[in-house]
Amino acid sequence: MTSTRASGTAQPGTLEMLRRQLDYWWTAYRRTWKGSAITSFVQPWLYVGAMGVLLGGYIDEGGASLDGAPSYLAFVAPALLATTAMQVAAGEVMWPVMGAIKWDRTYHAMIASPLRVVDIVFGHLGYAMFRVTLTVLVFAGVLAVLGLITSVAGFVVALVGALLTGLAFATPVYGYSAGAKSEQGFVVIFRLAIIPMFLFSGAFFPVSNLGEPLQWLAKATPLWHGVELCRMGALGFWDSSMLGHLAYLLAISVAGIWWSVRRLDRRLVV
Amino acid sequence: MFGSVPSTTPDPALISDASSPTRPESMISARGLQKTFGTFEAVRGIDVEVTRGEAFGFLGPNGAGKSSTMRMVAAVSPPTGGELRVLGLDPREHGSAIRSRLGVCPQEDTLDTELSVRENLLIYGRYFGLPRKDVAAKADELLTFFQLTDKRNEKVDNLSGGLKRRLTIARSLINDPDLLLLDEPTTGLDPQARHVLWDKLFRLKQQGVTLVLTTHYMDEAEQLCDRLVVMDGGRIVAEGSPLSLIREHSTREVAELRFGVGEHGDLAASVEDLADRVEVLPDRLLLYTADGEEAIARVHERGLTPLAVLVRRSTLEDVFLRLTGRTLVD
Ligand SMILES: Nc1ncnc2c1ncn2[C@@H]1O[C@H](COP(=O)(O)OP(=O)(O)OP(=O)(O)O)[C@@H](O)[C@H]1O
Ligand SMILES: [Mg+2]
Repeated sequence: MTSTRASGTAQPGTLEMLRRQLDYWWTAYRRTWKGSAITSFVQPWLYVGAMGVLLGGYIDEGGASLDGAPSYLAFVAPALLATTAMQVAAGEVMWPVMGAIKWDRTYHAMIASPLRVVDIVFGHLGYAMFRVTLTVLVFAGVLAVLGLITSVAGFVVALVGALLTGLAFATPVYGYSAGAKSEQGFVVIFRLAIIPMFLFSGAFFPVSNLGEPLQWLAKATPLWHGVELCRMGALGFWDSSMLGHLAYLLAISVAGIWWSVRRLDRRLVV
Repeated sequence: MFGSVPSTTPDPALISDASSPTRPESMISARGLQKTFGTFEAVRGIDVEVTRGEAFGFLGPNGAGKSSTMRMVAAVSPPTGGELRVLGLDPREHGSAIRSRLGVCPQEDTLDTELSVRENLLIYGRYFGLPRKDVAAKADELLTFFQLTDKRNEKVDNLSGGLKRRLTIARSLINDPDLLLLDEPTTGLDPQARHVLWDKLFRLKQQGVTLVLTTHYMDEAEQLCDRLVVMDGGRIVAEGSPLSLIREHSTREVAELRFGVGEHGDLAASVEDLADRVEVLPDRLLLYTADGEEAIARVHERGLTPLAVLVRRSTLEDVFLRLTGRTLVD
């Protein structure tokens, strides 16, 4: 009796608290995977087909300079690995986070249990990253089969690049959502951040084509660093600049996690 | 037999601040407890003691500070001031440990509406670190106890308000809590559903679960609570058992007189001397007196002819009206 009760005041660690949420997130996944499958697994291939294969046919004829890629398809396909990670990650921590706070109030149920704010944040981010991982694993696997990723080491580099891209988007967007009063901001984030980054952060053309100031702006976005990493991996040549990209994405992720915990704490614990 | 160790050996953590083991085990102890939102004082320094096995109620009108207090006790809302111990522990430091031994039914449902009834119980139980097998057994036991077995695979979205409420309370019991906190458990339910819930809560109380509930309904408080406090404007304005409160703050009987619309205010003066106290409500006059029939006879003697009369016993509602000048349910 005494020993079981005494363990009641010992604080289980975050790993144990994440384990306790597994059933919830697994149920959530089973319930939504069909709806999210199109975004995760089909949509990237529409881009690969339209841009990489069809548009790429014209571009390759023109003899464009593509940062060393042998074809436009080889240039654009690995970048789509990063953009897909961005989209899946951001989508998972916008409306679902707001729903858990405001609509379904599932976070309020969680915080009334032994779970703490930090456990809830890690649980949800972990789930978002689980979805990102599944998506990029499948995507990168098919790219490898198509011969667009040529070495195992390159596969790992591309995969890590895509996962870190996902994390660098999931964490700050989570922080935003945790404190957002309404869902209107999400559309703004998509229009003013996600879509412009998708179009201009080096996924579809080398950013050197942008003028000086715009080029620096593009290089400041996390997506550009992610695209560079994925492309390095797929094309199989990388240098020490890889470390800079990794550090940049990691720094954003760490700051994003800190901000997320702080914002959710302010929101739930009043 | 007498030498055996009692099965209810108190937790050392709980008696640490009790002076002797024979003293009743303190489940909640608040002194000068305050909660401020910005500059608004929702709870203005209240003292509350709840001991093991008690059924304790917070009664009060909208905005009295009941939910704010309950959320502090539930270790989800940090107190702004004063002292609070729940299960002998400080919620600021041991929030997670306290919550692991609480059952909480919040004022607004927080069920996962996309999941089935049974899934809601299973998943919630896992947050407490209970093994899947134990949670499944407990869930089925609760489904039976709350007569939800037929609905176990129904999506929560499709349930009526009453069933959702029952499920919320069922969920709060998944971890066999030492202390059950119920914030307006029956608000919005039809009378039938309320009686079903009261029956369930009464059984829990008999099993020794410590109950703390808030309510707007005096009949609910009278039915369920051994002891209660009346809150108003963030303060406790009265405390005691339902009976002692009625005895202390009201008369034995109440005569209710209904006159024409708009006449009640004017007529109050002409019956004032017939009762200990007269209360004017928009739709009736309340005469507080030991003998209601007698008062009504005297009213008729004066040539007044109410459209309707009713004599009844005093209730907590009257106590409340006396203390706050308002009725409980707006
Ligand atoms: N998070 C908050 N921020 C600001 N004010 C709040 C907050 N929560 C509660 N209040 C205010 O504190 C006061 C007390 O609220 P509380 O919910 O504790 O009352 P209550 O007694 O539970 O009322 P009700 O019977 O309507 O549920 C109210 O005036 C309310 O507006
Ligand atoms: Mg309330």
